[in-house]
Amino acid sequence: MPACDDWSACAATPVLRARAEMLARIRAFFAAAGVMEVETPILSHAGATDPALASLALSDDRSGGGSDADRRLFLQTSPEFPMKRLLASGSGPIYQICKVFRGEERGRRHHPEFSLLEWYRPGMDYGQLIDEVADLVRAALQRPTLPMERIRYRDLFREVLDLDPFTAPLQTLRAAAVTAEIPDADRLDLERDAWLDLLLTQCLEPRLGRSGMGFLCDYSPSQAALARIRPGGEPPDDQAVAERFELYIDGVELANGFHELTDAAEQGARFARDCAERRRLGLTEIPPDTRLLAALEAGMPASSGVALGLDRLLMIAVGATHIDQVLAFPIERA
Amino acid sequence: MAFYSTSEFKGGLKIMLDGDPYNIVENEFVKPGKGQAFNRVRVRNLKTGRTVEKTFKSGDTVEAADVHDTDMQYLYNDGEEWHFMDPASFEQMTADATAVGDAAKWIKEEDICRVTLWNGVPLSVEAPNFVVLAITETDPGLKGDTSGGGGKPATLETGAVVRVPLFVQSGEFVKVDTRTGEYVSRAKEA
Repeated sequence: MPACDDWSACAATPVLRARAEMLARIRAFFAAAGVMEVETPILSHAGATDPALASLALSDDRSGGGSDADRRLFLQTSPEFPMKRLLASGSGPIYQICKVFRGEERGRRHHPEFSLLEWYRPGMDYGQLIDEVADLVRAALQRPTLPMERIRYRDLFREVLDLDPFTAPLQTLRAAAVTAEIPDADRLDLERDAWLDLLLTQCLEPRLGRSGMGFLCDYSPSQAALARIRPGGEPPDDQAVAERFELYIDGVELANGFHELTDAAEQGARFARDCAERRRLGLTEIPPDTRLLAALEAGMPASSGVALGLDRLLMIAVGATHIDQVLAFPIERA
Repeated sequence: MAFYSTSEFKGGLKIMLDGDPYNIVENEFVKPGKGQAFNRVRVRNLKTGRTVEKTFKSGDTVEAADVHDTDMQYLYNDGEEWHFMDPASFEQMTADATAVGDAAKWIKEEDICRVTLWNGVPLSVEAPNFVVLAITETDPGLKGDTSGGGGKPATLETGAVVRVPLFVQSGEFVKVDTRTGEYVSRAKEA
């Protein structure tokens, strides 16, 4: 971590300026593309149900009355739900630059409060959105010729680890982790998807985006999150895939995008599954966003959407190795 | 019993793994865009000194190791064990050869040492960074050599052998860096 006085800025002034200029280029990009900037609430009565996300909450003691649950407000982990409500309200294409909050995430590339760029494109399929993400990154980094490539999730596992992530039994995943010499692979007690996450982060991510932008796409349906599932067709594409992608540069994960789920019933079922999983794991119960479900019920236009971590993009722009190098004041000194 | 969650992991934290106390050397938080996070951790076994890599599922907890450092005065060796005293409480403790390790060849009565206690028992002993010791035996050097180049072995009063410049003689005192085992300078009696 960079050495600095306790009170003074952690990021060097040229880095602060690089952030300001990058934000200006991003806003210019969207203005030219006809995408409207919006703001949605950072505090919400509903939270993120995803068991892998730790929502930070606060209690509004000043408004008085109501139960503890009524007074509880969550800091957003992403602006996804209110932005989808805007789409269902007829906003057209929108983007937002905002702070999001994720508890328990701290490291070289993680900070519990970070800046996110999120945008939605009604009528775009996710292949088109991938192209737009590439253009946005080229504009933001001022690298107009930065090359891109698409890699399918299933192909990556097959090529590098010689296993099919959609069908391989759990013991095959464990054996691959042992072969890759991931410490404790022989004794870790993990679910199937966690094994896939371990292999992805330890063995595969470092290979992605080595010569530009690597878009990992068509995830396993079990890793769909809020993506639409595309049914399988003829072999070798006989398996259904989640229309989800992630962008990597130099092995660093920068963005996550979906062909968005717009089916209210399916969204409700995924919320219910998340909540059951949270109870099973003994995690805090999080009230799902029923207004999102109502918005989907009323009808959200078919859209693709993506969230991109701006601090990490800035790290790449200025060649930083630790996220603290691009933050004015990291959490320990906030 | 105290426990730490992986979110509290950081360098210097003392944890129990497989019944042994460990010190966290380095902690790296890894998480895919969505899904399970992990902590890749480098830990040093405080009993053996060996460093190993571990993988934890983020959110898991591990038992805290009751390990802390304290400054103690070395009193004497009874032939089997080394006796130390807490200079504040005058409480005495003994440490075995495993705990004392390399420090044995540097420490002398009354030296203040950093003692690492595990569950109240000495786990390791660190000699002071610099010690001044008398030379008990060394070959007479060449007259007139003051350059310090070359050097020769010298046995110190504690039994340790260090390389000293040719001009340093038996009976003289030398200052030694115990971390490298290297001669620093001649010294007046400590």
